[in-house]
Amino acid sequence: MNSATVFEKSRPGRGTSFISGHATPVCADLSPKALRSAPPRLPELTEGEVVRHYTNLSRNNWGVDVGFYPLGSCTMKYNPRLAEQIASWPEFSAAHPLRPVRAAQGFLRIMYETERILSRLCGMARFTLQPAAGAQGELCGMLIIRKHHATRRDRRNTVIVPDSAHGTNPATAALAGFKVVTCPSSDEGLVDIGALKKLVNDDLAGIMLTNPNTLGLFERDIREICYIVHNAGGLVYYDGANFNALVGRFRPGDMGFDVVHLNLHKTFGTPHGGGGPGSGPVGVVEKLEPHLPVPLITKGPEEFELEEHRPLSIGRLNAFAGNALVIVKAYIYMRLLGTAGLREVSGNSVLAANYLKQRLSEVYTPSHPGRCMHEFVLSAERHKNEAGVRAVDIAKRLIDLGFHPPTMYFPLTVPEALMIEPTETENLETLDAFVDALLQIDREARESPEMLHNAPHETPVGRLDEVEAAKNLNVRWQAEPSANTSHSQDASKRKDGQ
Amino acid sequence: MSFAPHTEEDIAQMLGALGLRGVDELFEELKATLPPGDVPEVGQTGEFELRRQLWDMARLNGRPDQTPCFRGAGAYEHYVPAAIPQLLSRGEFFTAYTPYQAEVSQGTLQAMYEFQTMVCELLGMEIANASMYDGASALAEAALMALRISKKRCLLVSDAIHPQWIDVLRTYTANVDAEIVSIPAREGITLPAAVASAIDENTAAVLIQNPNVFGIIEPIREIGYLLAEQSALFIVAAYPTTLGILASPGEAGADIAVAEGQPLGIPLSYGGPYVGLFGTKLEHVRQMPGRISGAAFDGKGRRGYVMTLQAREQHIRRERATSNICSNQALCALAVTIYLSLIGPSGLRTVAEQSYSVAHRLAERLSALPGCSLAYDAQFFNEFVLELPVSADDVERELWNHGIISGLPLGRWWPNHKNEMLFCATEIISDAAIHRLVAAMEEALS
Repeated sequence: MNSATVFEKSRPGRGTSFISGHATPVCADLSPKALRSAPPRLPELTEGEVVRHYTNLSRNNWGVDVGFYPLGSCTMKYNPRLAEQIASWPEFSAAHPLRPVRAAQGFLRIMYETERILSRLCGMARFTLQPAAGAQGELCGMLIIRKHHATRRDRRNTVIVPDSAHGTNPATAALAGFKVVTCPSSDEGLVDIGALKKLVNDDLAGIMLTNPNTLGLFERDIREICYIVHNAGGLVYYDGANFNALVGRFRPGDMGFDVVHLNLHKTFGTPHGGGGPGSGPVGVVEKLEPHLPVPLITKGPEEFELEEHRPLSIGRLNAFAGNALVIVKAYIYMRLLGTAGLREVSGNSVLAANYLKQRLSEVYTPSHPGRCMHEFVLSAERHKNEAGVRAVDIAKRLIDLGFHPPTMYFPLTVPEALMIEPTETENLETLDAFVDALLQIDREARESPEMLHNAPHETPVGRLDEVEAAKNLNVRWQAEPSANTSHSQDASKRKDGQ
Repeated sequence: MSFAPHTEEDIAQMLGALGLRGVDELFEELKATLPPGDVPEVGQTGEFELRRQLWDMARLNGRPDQTPCFRGAGAYEHYVPAAIPQLLSRGEFFTAYTPYQAEVSQGTLQAMYEFQTMVCELLGMEIANASMYDGASALAEAALMALRISKKRCLLVSDAIHPQWIDVLRTYTANVDAEIVSIPAREGITLPAAVASAIDENTAAVLIQNPNVFGIIEPIREIGYLLAEQSALFIVAAYPTTLGILASPGEAGADIAVAEGQPLGIPLSYGGPYVGLFGTKLEHVRQMPGRISGAAFDGKGRRGYVMTLQAREQHIRRERATSNICSNQALCALAVTIYLSLIGPSGLRTVAEQSYSVAHRLAERLSALPGCSLAYDAQFFNEFVLELPVSADDVERELWNHGIISGLPLGRWWPNHKNEMLFCATEIISDAAIHRLVAAMEEALS
């Protein structure tokens, strides 16, 4: 791989001019103190060089378009192209966020309808589309829970999070000012009801749950869990990372949840973008509606409006109205599929996961026996004990065999975890080929474990030394590849002792 | 239709392997537990028909090519070179996720590393992360970081910061031990003296936006000198295009610098997705939120990139993480990286200079209209407040009837500023558009 950065390919004086007309020097108008002392050292390349550079970078990437991407808890499904095309129309992409609402009625109508469809799919009274990602949706939801208690002058500070939860759950609860208490899982991989009962008291603000949980198991006691928490005065938060298993069939509202976030980039087919942008809408039951963030989209007598003034709102989460273009894409996805298509989504994703789990259980140990929902977790503990082959070795070898690895070492409750989520958009040939690859790796673990320790063999780089990278931090390119010395010109002050 | 490829035979084969007769049997446990959900019926719409319906909705937003827009206020329309959307449309980029598996994610990871380098260069900072949701949440995270570093609780916030950013800051800090104290702006500017008189031993950080919400260039170097004597951290929010000319936050002595990255190659998109830029000093790296890409080597000595310092992040540290951020705005960060690679330092300067010049020409024309004047005397960059003889809301409505999106009526944010309008211009505003605006304004004011 030619890993030269764009900076190394730069030559002074090269470039492409995108703006015709001459530059008017303006420095004369401005006080010298307002001006930069030296221009930023940005690369100088022609358009052709830039296009070649980033095209080559893209070739070092794996995406759903490239191949199977069974990354558990991430729902790496196919992203329909109609959504990409329409979101790029200038009528959408060139709209200023603060334009008068009468000049944004198309956007507002789509957002309003999206909000209504999501509310009905989840059994919630109302949604906000403002959160930019799942974790911001969580923050929104937890701030709503805090506001609910505060409005009732009920001081409650504890949030319960299962030990199998996504890391964002405890991090979010802490950011919202709560004390986080971890609830252990039962041997069955579900919330331990006995333990939960002991954790519940009059300081309980709420509990954060994913259902199906991160082991891919349906929390079958969910109604009882909600009863216990509600009875103690707490609220129940639904992390929608795994909603793909339920969409079109079952609703968090019917389970007893009070607040729901969804990941449009997971369940609703919008692309993951190499790590974002996503979108994390939040739905609430009726009594929590006053606390939704502003602005909210409302349907006035003549046109759609943005409601900015809501006295009991948690406030604003983003400068504007959220990741609007992502919402347009999710709307298109929902309209293309309809409820019938969404039911196929949950049905086929759960079917594919169970099929893979069944076939792989011959040689890999599932975290829990029996049926799963849309994903499942295998443990490579036996391979580690018998052949010294760890989950990471299996994952890296999968790359050589043409697959993106599953999520590794998560959830934390399963040793040597490999979390597999096939989604509904992979055909049976792909699923079978993936099984064959994992069976081959099982044989290789016995026959040539060394080869697995050194995998992957076919990639532009092998396993990179992360420990060394964290120790000798190099997080920006510099002409002399020495240590990270200061480049900020006269930012010389140091605040010692901090 | 669900983009699922399974034929009836495929489904039968999978069900057979599981000893089941129908897909619904997979959900029996749920059916036994839950009431039958009243799931709404939403019809399926074919691609062609849906595209036609969306076109009708799109037209309700107006034709942007025929609707000049003189509005900025945190979102700025600069030219987006054609190569950016073309490159972003590569499925290898946009259908990937977080680069958890470095060996098959070198494209994303190297782009993140290049992005971080460019953000450092623009902001004049030593290190940067791989992006935040937007400029407003980046500012809020900067404030939280300053609270952690300083272990103090008072945030001094300039009144001349975008009010919607301050709203976000309030939302994020509502439940931590912090107090927001505003520094009043005088004549549209945050004076160093006002900072000096507000600061005390409880001050965790001073927050300034440059140019500020009125478009005015703040005396950030002077404020930086003042703060160099103090323990309080200095947080500067920048409009990145202006950094082709204006002093960087780092040059002014900022400890943390943030920016809304949208002006760098991202379309207005009705507010999102955008991207927050976030930089700080190396000494604070372990308190920085967000993902970071770092150079690393494999066993054969080949250079590559990994996500580094993950011990700060939520998936490792859980409730003790520096932030809850997980998904960021990676594809938008890639757009910024490609933009800056394409235009280079001289291109950025040109965009900044032309935006400045066009806005000043616009200000000259508008302030010559009867009853109109600039609300402030201070130097502005490419946005300015125009004082009107009538309600700005009325002028907005009148101009929209002419197919023009006016400046932003400031009564929307501050009820006692209802005759003021915040105008913006960038390099894409033509003389013809200015001419059209001025003619429509003359009519609206007559």
